[in-house]
Amino acid sequence: MRAVVIQFPGSNADFDALHTLRDVVGVQTEYVFHKTPSLPAGTDLVVLPGGFSYGDYLRCGAIARFAPVMADVRRHVERGGLVLGICNGFQILTEAGLLPGALTRNAHLRFECRDVLVRVDADGPFTQDLRGRVLRLPIAHAEGRYQADQGTLDSLESRSLVAFRYVPAASPDPRAPGNPNGSLHDIAGLYGGPRRNVLGLMPHPERMSEPLLGGTDGRLLFHSAVRAALAR
Amino acid sequence: MRAHEPAVTPELAREHGLTDEEYALALAAIGRTPTFPELGVLSVMWSEHCSYKSSRVHLKRLPTKGPRVIHGPGENAGVVDIGDGWAVVFKMESHNHPSFIEPYQGAGTGVGGILRDVFTMGARPVAVMDSLRFGEPGHPRTPGLLRGVVAGIAGYGNAFGVPTVGGEVQFDAAYNGNILVNAFALGLCRSDRLFLGQAKGVGNPILYVGARTGRDGIHGATMASAEFEEGEEAERPTVQVGDPFMEKLLLEGCLEIFAADVLEGIQDMGAAGLTSSTVEMASRAGNGVELWLDRLPRRAKHLTPYEILLNESQERMIMVARAGEEQRVLDICAKWDLDAQVVGRVTDTGRFVVRATPGYDPLSGAPWPDDPPVAVDLPVALLTDEAPVYTRPCVDDPRLTDRYGVDATGLAFDPRADLLELLSAPNVGSRAWIYRQYDHIVRDGTVVKPGAGDAAVVRLFCEDERGRREKLVAMASDCNGRFCELDPRTGAAMAVAEACRNLACVGAAPIGLTDCLNFGNPQRPEIMAQFRDAIDGIADACKALGVPVVSGNVSLYNETTEAGGARAVLPTPTIGAVGLFEKVSDVVGAGFRTAGDHVFALGPRGDDRLGGSEWLTRRTGRVCGRPPSIDLAAEAALQGFLVRAAREGLLASAHDCAEGGLLVALAEACILGQSGATVALPAEYEVTPGGLFGEDPTRVVVSVTPYVLGLFMQRVAEAGVPVALLGRVGGGSLALEGVATWGVDELREAHASALDSIVGGDDARARS
Repeated sequence: MRAVVIQFPGSNADFDALHTLRDVVGVQTEYVFHKTPSLPAGTDLVVLPGGFSYGDYLRCGAIARFAPVMADVRRHVERGGLVLGICNGFQILTEAGLLPGALTRNAHLRFECRDVLVRVDADGPFTQDLRGRVLRLPIAHAEGRYQADQGTLDSLESRSLVAFRYVPAASPDPRAPGNPNGSLHDIAGLYGGPRRNVLGLMPHPERMSEPLLGGTDGRLLFHSAVRAALAR
Repeated sequence: MRAHEPAVTPELAREHGLTDEEYALALAAIGRTPTFPELGVLSVMWSEHCSYKSSRVHLKRLPTKGPRVIHGPGENAGVVDIGDGWAVVFKMESHNHPSFIEPYQGAGTGVGGILRDVFTMGARPVAVMDSLRFGEPGHPRTPGLLRGVVAGIAGYGNAFGVPTVGGEVQFDAAYNGNILVNAFALGLCRSDRLFLGQAKGVGNPILYVGARTGRDGIHGATMASAEFEEGEEAERPTVQVGDPFMEKLLLEGCLEIFAADVLEGIQDMGAAGLTSSTVEMASRAGNGVELWLDRLPRRAKHLTPYEILLNESQERMIMVARAGEEQRVLDICAKWDLDAQVVGRVTDTGRFVVRATPGYDPLSGAPWPDDPPVAVDLPVALLTDEAPVYTRPCVDDPRLTDRYGVDATGLAFDPRADLLELLSAPNVGSRAWIYRQYDHIVRDGTVVKPGAGDAAVVRLFCEDERGRREKLVAMASDCNGRFCELDPRTGAAMAVAEACRNLACVGAAPIGLTDCLNFGNPQRPEIMAQFRDAIDGIADACKALGVPVVSGNVSLYNETTEAGGARAVLPTPTIGAVGLFEKVSDVVGAGFRTAGDHVFALGPRGDDRLGGSEWLTRRTGRVCGRPPSIDLAAEAALQGFLVRAAREGLLASAHDCAEGGLLVALAEACILGQSGATVALPAEYEVTPGGLFGEDPTRVVVSVTPYVLGLFMQRVAEAGVPVALLGRVGGGSLALEGVATWGVDELREAHASALDSIVGGDDARARS
């Protein structure tokens, strides 16, 4: 199993992804610079990490879709290779058309960083045997409000592509509602690609994969991805 | 072009903030009338901000040495050894004046500036804290300033990719006209790969790297050296504009250049931009520099030498490379899409020489002219070591002790209602609205998050070809300006003690401090007396606790001229403290953990003075009363005990008693632990405002698991730390026997609502 973490110039959770995959999950992982024309041979998993890919003063991820490395990421997707877009990576996947819809400013217009609860609502390579589980994962974003037209939403629901949905806590806190950003259908993460091989999500599983950081729910996604990659 | 420059006259010198004596000194030293750009250079280099001319004589009294100190004050940031070949680099700096004028950009560029101070030394920034002061919660400007400053810090730090892990915020009427924004950054580097701000090696090329130069921030350093007068909005052009993406590119480019080992020196262009960075580098190396302004990358047309030398465009670095290695630097910059250019060379003349061709603008596309004429030629020493230094008069405010006499007996006191009031006070309750806007977890290092403990705890990934190991550090920032106002020396000592106590509460031993000294106009003797006393107080506490000051910053003229006279901020010597852990299991949280644990108050019984406390300030509407005193020997004993007890695993929780006193500390431990407690006041405590809500220092609430109780009591006795049993953890309420009971939910809601009165309506407005 071989994973790569794409480094856009403004990526800043690239280290988080590398550390978690390499040091916590135990996967051979390396960085790939955005100007690189092709992914290393034998790449199983491509991570588009969190951050501000090219500053993102325009729309988050709007420039990243044109990065030289993205053409090969696209080919990787078409081959059925695994792609995980976390936070800014999710934004880039929607801008690149690899996932539908858009991620816009949070409803309350502020950046928000806190733990949220998400329910696994779809099967796929990153969520094997996890459907129905509620995971605690952190968010850290200003633009995570998922929006799409009604037809797209209906299609996502009918094909069961909504991977993660924000859910409220047992004792709701009015200052920290379950849905932190106003996403339609409480969408926190989506599957896409020809074989559900693309996952985009706003929460950061790579920041909740060690007891020292407060929890290990995020590790479940990476373990599932390793199993999926090894089974191919 | 030179034809448009004004003639240099004594009046123009005065407008540049130079006194007549200072201008005469300059004339005598250079033997002629300075050119217009030379006048600008003199004015910024001799400004309070760059020269520390009022503070320097006092700063010498701070203890700055210690076995772990690699670089103390004088470099871009302090450097402290953390063992195994690694070091932490940290500093705190103010960006008060710009943040008041334009809160978003002012605060953001404050963060950007302190980040560059850290990474210019070769360290990757891994944590930021921000210490903020605003005016009264009800002041019309407070909500907008709070929103803007917090969003500005978030906008910069989040995009750059450094976690904002802690800090503090206080509100007081004294900051109505002058807010404080003090930004702290900490970075990690190899102790054998430090880079210094020095222009070493005659003939070496000087390179400009980073954002292109514009006109923003001209005279920022001079602005920071003057008090506000009405109509300060006219200063807006002197506020810089930040670009965190450029800063991120600059960081990655610099780190790669450092690793290539081609530099002799590097310094960021901060206050006073190109001028102060190159002059300081020349001064440290005992050399001169020659700059060729024609070659400077720029984004604004028709920049004059004056504007190029004095603007404070952000995200720029000056590097001195070893001769022949220029291309290596330029190649790495190209990889990171950074503008870079050779713009001068190191000389042996000891002079600051600037060449520029009048009327030439490279943006026109014309090639650089040959042999540009000299626009500035000044001795480096005149701008640095020989800059004016003042021993300004100090006179204690004779009215200060008048404020001590306050009769608290007639003030309304209701323990049950008062605790809820204090928990929901903007100065005491939850800061979640603030820290949730900061990405406090990027880089996978944040072990104790904001609000979860007395200090932030960050994991450092020490990783290179020699191997990989993880280390933990703690950091906290503190200062109670009210105590400093009522007794500057004690208040400043208490700020050091509290910052270090917060480290000890999480289980870390302090290894170094940085300070950010915010005061009013130093030309007023009573302000200068505050400054003098605060320095002595910091020094007292540093000596008692055995911790050095390794970096710092002075911000004076934080005052506003009002109809009734000058109004200065509370003297606010903010302390940023950094501590080191021995092992991961030493980390102690602030919240109660397990039902049945014993609850103790550690530390000497104070004298219950209410002066400067939140309770008394709320009751009287002013900062008054006799402030608490501090026994620094008892403080050292308490902190030493806490660290040893953490290492032995004796503490289930530890929480400092600060604003709101003992009862607030108990309530916070309940809220954080989502658990109640049943406690009784020890016999020597009284159910009085001072007993419940007095803010005596050197007190910590700890909880201890029953099975280590025997060893805990033995260690307490050995350490000679006074201990008082308060009760047990458990249940859904905080019950203070014979006084009152509060549901934990009720406490949590009060605590969570603390900033609602200022910004609570934001979400409702956003939805509508």
